Amino acid sequence: MLSLIIFLPLVGGIFILFTSKGNEALMKGVALGTSLGSTIFLVFLTVLYKIGGGMQFVEQHSWISNLGITYHVGVDGLSLPLIALTALLSVLSVVYSWRIEVRLKEYLFLFLLLETGMLGVFAALDFFLFYIFWEITLVPMYFLIAIWGGPRREYAAIKFFLYTLVGSLAMLLAILLMYFNSDPHTFNMLALTQQQPLAGKPVLAALAFWGFFFAFAIKVPMWPFHTWLPDAHVEAPTAGSVILAGVLLKMGTYGFVRISLPMLPDVFRAYAPAVAVLALLGIVYGALVALAQTDLKKLVAYSSVNHMGYVMLGVAAAAAAFGVPEKAAAAATALNGAVFEMVAHGIVTGALFLIVGVLYDYRAHTRGVNEFGGLGVRLPVYTGITTIAMLASLGLPGLMGFVAEFFIFVGSFGIFPYLTAVAVTGVVFTAAMFLWTLQRIFLGPVNERWAALPDMDTREKVSLVPLAVLMVVFGLFPKPLLDMINAAMAVLVTAVR
Amino acid sequence: MLSVAWLIPLLPFIAFWAILFRGRRLPGEGAYVAIGALGLSGLLSLVILGQVIAGATYETSRTWAVMGRYAFEIGYRIDALAAVMLFVVTVVGSLIFIYSIGYMHGDPRYPRYFAYLSLFASSMLTLVLANNFLLLYAGWEGVGLCSYLLIGFWFERPAAARASMKAFLTTRVGDLFMFVGILVLFASVGSMHFGTIFAAVTAHQLTGPLLTLAALLIFGGAVGKSAQVPLHVWLPDAMEGPTPVSALIHAATMVAAGVYLVARTYPLFFGSPDHTALTVVAYIGGITAIMAATIGIVQDDIKRVLAYSTISQLGYMMLGLGVLGYTAGVFHLMTHAFFKALLFLGAGSVIHAMNTNDMKAMGGLARAMPTTFATMLIGSLALAGVPPLAGFWSKDEILLEAFHHDRVLFYLGAVGAFVTAFYVFRMIFYTFSGSLRSQGAHPHESPKVMTVPLTILAAFSVVIGLLGAPWPVVGNLFHRFVHFEAAATVPFDPSFALLSTGIALAGILAASVIYWWKWVPSAMLRRALAPLYSLLVHKYWWDELYAFAVIRPTVWAARQLRTFDTYVIDGAVNAVGLIFVGLARLYRIVDLYVVDGAVNLLGWITQAIGNSLRHIQTGRAENYLLVIALGVIALAVLGVIR
Repeated sequence: MLSLIIFLPLVGGIFILFTSKGNEALMKGVALGTSLGSTIFLVFLTVLYKIGGGMQFVEQHSWISNLGITYHVGVDGLSLPLIALTALLSVLSVVYSWRIEVRLKEYLFLFLLLETGMLGVFAALDFFLFYIFWEITLVPMYFLIAIWGGPRREYAAIKFFLYTLVGSLAMLLAILLMYFNSDPHTFNMLALTQQQPLAGKPVLAALAFWGFFFAFAIKVPMWPFHTWLPDAHVEAPTAGSVILAGVLLKMGTYGFVRISLPMLPDVFRAYAPAVAVLALLGIVYGALVALAQTDLKKLVAYSSVNHMGYVMLGVAAAAAAFGVPEKAAAAATALNGAVFEMVAHGIVTGALFLIVGVLYDYRAHTRGVNEFGGLGVRLPVYTGITTIAMLASLGLPGLMGFVAEFFIFVGSFGIFPYLTAVAVTGVVFTAAMFLWTLQRIFLGPVNERWAALPDMDTREKVSLVPLAVLMVVFGLFPKPLLDMINAAMAVLVTAVR
Repeated sequence: MLSVAWLIPLLPFIAFWAILFRGRRLPGEGAYVAIGALGLSGLLSLVILGQVIAGATYETSRTWAVMGRYAFEIGYRIDALAAVMLFVVTVVGSLIFIYSIGYMHGDPRYPRYFAYLSLFASSMLTLVLANNFLLLYAGWEGVGLCSYLLIGFWFERPAAARASMKAFLTTRVGDLFMFVGILVLFASVGSMHFGTIFAAVTAHQLTGPLLTLAALLIFGGAVGKSAQVPLHVWLPDAMEGPTPVSALIHAATMVAAGVYLVARTYPLFFGSPDHTALTVVAYIGGITAIMAATIGIVQDDIKRVLAYSTISQLGYMMLGLGVLGYTAGVFHLMTHAFFKALLFLGAGSVIHAMNTNDMKAMGGLARAMPTTFATMLIGSLALAGVPPLAGFWSKDEILLEAFHHDRVLFYLGAVGAFVTAFYVFRMIFYTFSGSLRSQGAHPHESPKVMTVPLTILAAFSVVIGLLGAPWPVVGNLFHRFVHFEAAATVPFDPSFALLSTGIALAGILAASVIYWWKWVPSAMLRRALAPLYSLLVHKYWWDELYAFAVIRPTVWAARQLRTFDTYVIDGAVNAVGLIFVGLARLYRIVDLYVVDGAVNLLGWITQAIGNSLRHIQTGRAENYLLVIALGVIALAVLGVIR
């Protein structure tokens, strides 16, 4: 069933390639049908999923047997929420993209290919397969930015592609390092976690760690590797931004939690304070730079730098506490918070990019925060949803972002008290940034230039309301999701000790 | 009923969603739903209050999330303190909700107003019931959100939009400290549950400077929420919201949450070595009390007078808690909620009639608005501390505790009490005495839906203080109900009560001399005390200080970092890119001229040789014969020579 979920979008995409050019309704129908189908199967899978049952729905088939490469996928409490997030955001993005007119066939094909790639990254349990899926996501996103993007799309697309590719190369070397030091040689990620092939080889382990670090840190993106992000976001089409912020960034943090943490715990522990400092810089610096932005999309992009900083703070704290039994609970809390933040950030920031799109794509055609004013009177529904999303992003209790930040801070404080105390100040800057934005766009007297703007239409509501509902539901009742994540994190924490 | 107390915050929460989505289709356009929900919560609270007076307490928790060894629980606790707060919030809240029907009549966003009010009530009741820091923090931020939404309710006005943001951000600075305080407590105790944390304090598991630090960090949240110096600057601006909101949120309940927080976590403060944390609380409270009261003298906006009065009275509550007068502080919280809500609603009634907040434009309203005048006069006497009204009993108790604890604090409080009586009667005389100063205004009494809540609140303001009076036989009833075991209280002292009454009457007298009998013109005083007047009118320059020291540096730093990001970090990335592009160009040149050049050179040399050699290949037989002949001759010559 897992393979079906992963490849159904790709099948739909290939089918779309063979439809006639004029038949747009069919193309859209197939795109929506396959991404929705994948989501429905995922719901079944989630129902069958047993919390605390370890890796489930595992499929393993030999592939290139003389190199020990297999087709190996499975889900646990870490990957399942991220797979669900991917499927959900993909469906909503397809709905949002209903009005794409330029080269629709290619757009939908690339989009579905991207979805398969992302699902594959989170499900893959074989390094070779993981690497292939990782690279697959790069190509469609490159074209989505380069063809359907804004004025500086070529620069942004190339920057995104090359920057990430450099990281991928470092990762490939690290993977090979792991492979050649394992006995027997294997790409199996579960086996490698158990084998700890680089445990007694500090130099090689450090090399492998930094190899993975560059790949993941660029993807996250951690400070100071973040500058591709604002450019890519500003130029990407709305749905591209949603996927980029909602899912692609999570591939980096997922890598840290799935690979760096369990496979190279000793090195990670040694370098954890450095990683935590970079995370802290991302938090404070990201929030402050976002505060100074006047382009709404750039503002949200920098707020992502800030939020991904929280995730990395949690991960680094958990890494620093490995092997220290009295800090295990704090580590588990921080790690849970970090994974929850991945999902929360996906939902909240995904929604925020859709919100920017609603205003920019078909209404105002500008993203200058200072050019608006008083829209609250004209667009009440839009104002309401934007307010919820921004409040969730600034960590208001009762909404999803708070749960994540709360656990990250509570956990990290037990491990890095001073760093965490400084990181908490980021919360004030984020609040300032979002409230100031709300004030400039929605409050004050109506700007006559926008007096005729219509409120959200059905297509926009369908893509945004589910996200707003999730923010509230998981903000009040995070337990179902947290239990799932916690079970996986407990396995992860004990597997290493 | 104690086991269903969770319904108390839930009912207004349901009302919030119902009004948000159904709005005008609900009875009373949503207002009746909001009032009904809060009214039911109020009835429940009254029953619970009765049960608690009879000696019941109740506590329950359930798991919210599990993280490894940590279980995060949320739950509620009902004790005397919580029951009193439930009573105040639901009763005062219900009256203000009813009053709002008249005040907000005809507003284009009428249903949404009641939705926000309901969400506020729900958050506030959650905060009150919480038995742990997690839920308390959630309610705490929830009331902050509602305060933000309601201050900015008329968001078309730029001043309202600015004020709402200022309120949220200023309180969030306080919340930041509180959150770090919670982290410190959790890191040292491993729980967020009040009982567990207090037990750790009692067991000396959490002691010394760490405990003081934690208590002070928690107090940071209270300083923000209860508008204490130095985070008080948001409350006067918050008066941009509708007046019932000012009464409910910015006078009676939310701003008192900071005082409630200190009372709720009193063991932390009490347990801190040498009561260091309590001393800080007392001094912050004392300074706030006098500073805000003095600013209140020079305000011309009727709501701002009351806003500074609120800040000042909250300072008194903190002062009371800080000088070990636990009961006095909480008692003043309760009495203040009634008479300050009354004063704000009365001011709302005046504003409703006059369409202005400016007291200089009012005057002589006593004849046009008799009910409003009578009720506001009761509220003012209660605030000034004239016996036997509510404010007298609680303020007298605070001053008495301060007198026996720390004389400096007593003098701060006593001078503040004089100033309080002065500014509130200045307001009364400006508004109700003399003759109407504004042309074209037609003041009229407000509708019943507004005056009835005023009358009820006035009745409360008269009698509620008697709960804290030294009755024969039973003694101080309120103290028997709400008290902190370890903190001894000073018994009632008739001669001291005479002193505090004297202070209040002196203040009223001074105000009468200047603003009623006008024996001393206020303009002359202004000129005579120009430097002091300037200090007060500029509100001790706090806003200017923050603009200079906090806001501008932050925005400046943000802009500088943006530039740094674009030119340095991204510049480095682009530089790497450009270096590779440059290298590629260089390679191209090398490739073109060196590598390819070498290949071409080889070709060229071959071609040149070919070119020169091709002349030999003429294709004519005689040339070939000639060559052959020359060859034969050459060979022959060679042979002869050898």
